[in-house]
Amino acid sequence: MTTTAPAAPARPIPASALSRVRWTIADSWTITRRYLIHWVREPSYIVWGLMYPMVSVLLFGYVFGSAMVVPGGGDYREFLLPGLFGMTMMFGIGNTMMGVTTDADKGITDRFRSMPMARSGVVVGRSAADMINSLMDLVILVGCGLIVGWRAHGTIGETLAAVGLLLLLRFAFIWVGIYMGLVAKNAEQAGNFYALLFPLTMISNAFVAPEMMPGWLGAVAAWNPLSSTVAAVRELFGNPGLGGDSWIAQNATLMAVVWPVVIVAIFAPLSARRYRRARR
Amino acid sequence: MAPSGAAIVAEGLRKEYKQTRALDGFDLTVPEGSVCGLLGPNGAGKTTAVRILSTLLEFDGGRAEVAGFDVVRQAAQVRYRIGVTGQSAAVDEILTGRQNLEMFGRLYHLGAAEARRRADGLLERFGLADTAGKSVKHYSGGMRRRLDLAASLIMAPQVLFLDEPTTGLDPRGRIEVWEAIRSLVAGGTTVLLTTQYLEEADRLADRIVVLDRGRMIAEGSPERLKSTIGGDQLDLVVADAAELAGAARIVAGVCGAEPEVRPDTRGITAPVRHRTTALAATVLVEAVRALDDAGIAVEDIALRRPTLDEVFLRLTGHRAEAGGEGAELAELAELAGGRPAPGGRGEEGAGSGGARAASAGRRVEKETTV
Repeated sequence: MTTTAPAAPARPIPASALSRVRWTIADSWTITRRYLIHWVREPSYIVWGLMYPMVSVLLFGYVFGSAMVVPGGGDYREFLLPGLFGMTMMFGIGNTMMGVTTDADKGITDRFRSMPMARSGVVVGRSAADMINSLMDLVILVGCGLIVGWRAHGTIGETLAAVGLLLLLRFAFIWVGIYMGLVAKNAEQAGNFYALLFPLTMISNAFVAPEMMPGWLGAVAAWNPLSSTVAAVRELFGNPGLGGDSWIAQNATLMAVVWPVVIVAIFAPLSARRYRRARR
Repeated sequence: MAPSGAAIVAEGLRKEYKQTRALDGFDLTVPEGSVCGLLGPNGAGKTTAVRILSTLLEFDGGRAEVAGFDVVRQAAQVRYRIGVTGQSAAVDEILTGRQNLEMFGRLYHLGAAEARRRADGLLERFGLADTAGKSVKHYSGGMRRRLDLAASLIMAPQVLFLDEPTTGLDPRGRIEVWEAIRSLVAGGTTVLLTTQYLEEADRLADRIVVLDRGRMIAEGSPERLKSTIGGDQLDLVVADAAELAGAARIVAGVCGAEPEVRPDTRGITAPVRHRTTALAATVLVEAVRALDDAGIAVEDIALRRPTLDEVFLRLTGHRAEAGGEGAELAELAELAGGRPAPGGRGEEGAGSGGARAASAGRRVEKETTV
């Protein structure tokens, strides 16, 4: 047969499990790099992504904050910041979802699928990039928090554990984002999903203690996965606002691990299945 | 490599969705180095076929081999040997042209230097070297598609799938892509092309497979498809409407059949009975001589095959596309050919303009061969 110049190069197919792992890591890194290049070329993405939590610090901390009462007493901004950290982690889902939907919509996902790359490379690379992004978000938010008077009072170990729990929540929601991004037909629909996220973060302990809500709403808020993470993080940072007699409130730290694990266990296989199959 | 020398073999492919049967026993053989055009209306199963053959879609029955490898069991081998260009430019908007090609090169497991070398070569080849460092979002539609095509060629694939490669492009973009495809074909790549544009299939494909409701309903070279549904036609436009009747009589005598006369455009069309174009050409010469002897001035006279549009209508009983598309394509044909079509098109009614304008486009080509 005739080939077009240049001649086709080697076409490695991984034979062993080890080379398959190496393949996956290499492909994931290529995908992660793609997003790192995005941020370098379009830093405005990061700035816009952070706008909301930063405005929230001012809005909730100063506008509403003056009228807020922290259960058990304490400074509202000390109470608020862990909530905002958690909320930002959950809002990261929007980035993931939009990215996934846009890729699928434009056929980039299909191009990846038509290439001999590791199947998991796209999603692993995507989640690695999202985690790096979230870490940067957290660093900037912590900076804002320190400016408005928030402090981490715990040991270094406790502080790192708190950051770990926040990133774990983000990691879990990456899979929700990937799945919803694959399910959404276009960016517009993904935007509608995203709009639902706002009330979901509000019905939690992020801004107001669930005990101060009407009974049924308080129960929903207490069982929101975000609430467990925020409560656990408050405890580790030594911030005020702990409380609630319910089982879920008493076991916040445990549930801050259990919830994300359950979410990943549900959404990772769903996403993988959805990705393997075609969209149409 | 398939011993048969076929780059694509599909046998009895079936694919069902909840409500519809997208492919219903689809067979296809595409010889190495040829260009096969898959033609059919929306929903005929063209895209489904391409997605199955390019390992993107699971199917319910049948088997398929591409470049000698089974698309299910040896998917990775197939993926190294194919390029896929879909209905939209599947490239990253924010990355530059070069960064896009380098990324895809790395995903084919090329080293960084090799990925870069190939990216630069392809950018050069597709006329994108000057804009290689710019974000793709600043590219025109045609440039994006060319970059997309370049991304499909990083591994110098044996088989290239082009699914409606020019859908949504303006005339200039379409011509740019056509030219890029033609240069590939000259390099020996096997191409499976789907299109709704009959003109596109006519220009690019060696062989056309007509698909309707998930099955192949006809195949052959564009010329053969046209001749299976009828021979050539003699088409002419007289300068003076008063001479229409006289000209029609002469044409009837030469062709041995009653011509169709269109007073509004001063046009006359008559079927030519001879089966081969060479013999039919003698009819053209005779007609010109007889009209000249009678002193009838002719603005335009040509022998033409029925258009693919007409072939398609006969085969499927419905049109491949919405009306009006043909006129646009005829303009394209002119742009690509660089020659204006003979006069009289402006007077044609809007309703029939599509098919007839397309035939006017073809007539230009025909004239040069007669």
